[in-house]
Amino acid sequence: MCTYQTEMLKVSASAKTANGWMRMTDATVYFDHPVHYPAGHALMVDLLNPSEGPSARAALELSPESARALAEAILHTLDTAPRGLLDELAS
Amino acid sequence: MTHNLTADTITMKGQNDDEIEAYLAVPTDVEHFGSIVVIHHMPGYDESTKEIARKFAANGYAALVPNLYWRQAPGASPDDAAATTRAGGGVPDEQLVGDVAGAIAHLKSLPGSNGKVASIGYCSGGRQSLLAGCRLKLDGVIDCYGAFVVVDPPSDNPIKWKAIVGEVGNLSAPLLGLFGADDQFPSPEQTEILADALVKAGKEFTFRTFEGAGHAFFWNDRPSYRVDAANEGWKEIFSFLERTVA
Repeated sequence: MCTYQTEMLKVSASAKTANGWMRMTDATVYFDHPVHYPAGHALMVDLLNPSEGPSARAALELSPESARALAEAILHTLDTAPRGLLDELAS
Repeated sequence: MTHNLTADTITMKGQNDDEIEAYLAVPTDVEHFGSIVVIHHMPGYDESTKEIARKFAANGYAALVPNLYWRQAPGASPDDAAATTRAGGGVPDEQLVGDVAGAIAHLKSLPGSNGKVASIGYCSGGRQSLLAGCRLKLDGVIDCYGAFVVVDPPSDNPIKWKAIVGEVGNLSAPLLGLFGADDQFPSPEQTEILADALVKAGKEFTFRTFEGAGHAFFWNDRPSYRVDAANEGWKEIFSFLERTVA
């Protein structure tokens, strides 16, 4: 099925695209048909910069288990980052 | 039949006379032919959809695939275009209908056209094919596992489509519906609701629901492909086209 379910958020990020590194301003997260991952559905993450056009995109297609593990690893890494560095990174 | 054909990327006029990209496949081994508008799935105007167009042409029908994402992402790769269009809220129904109308006109203008045109769509395109059949004059309509025909999509997402079962009274042509028994969107219960609505509206339709198949069983380079359902489905499609547009 096409779930159409899509989470959208603003981000401050850089990502490596097919055209090299770019600043990214938006992200979408959805569970739908992957283009490459060999399953009917996958957890999809797109980092986008709409002002730079459709090709300003870095994409991930993850199994549900991998997506949860990645999310937990991200949160764990942030939770255990040295005190003070998070404020520096946010600036 | 030699299966000879030509296939090209062209420009066609869509909604509001906008010029959009399209892929046209035409049989070259028949003098006159019926035609079909191929509505791509949500993953976009991709290689597998163009392959479907060539299969129609190889079997004697002109096929035209409008790039529904051209406005949002001209020249982008299909996956980037699909991602951009999803983030932008999807293709509005009015734009889809206008683009299909343009495709119908283009197909009817081809030398060799017999003036008859059907539509087919896969996945989100299944719903859009049915929608086109309810709002435009077609000679045949094929819906391959179109979701959200009898129920609205979730409200908390950017794509603002609505169920279209209330429009089937305006369906302009016979309908062929091809579904998977293991699909949940549309589920067999949902296709039953659609069938009931078509009966009440007095419309001609044929539904086949294939056991052992889920969503996207025609998609032959993805794990959802089911060879038996797809082969039977293609037989149903060509039998339907023989009855309606040949």
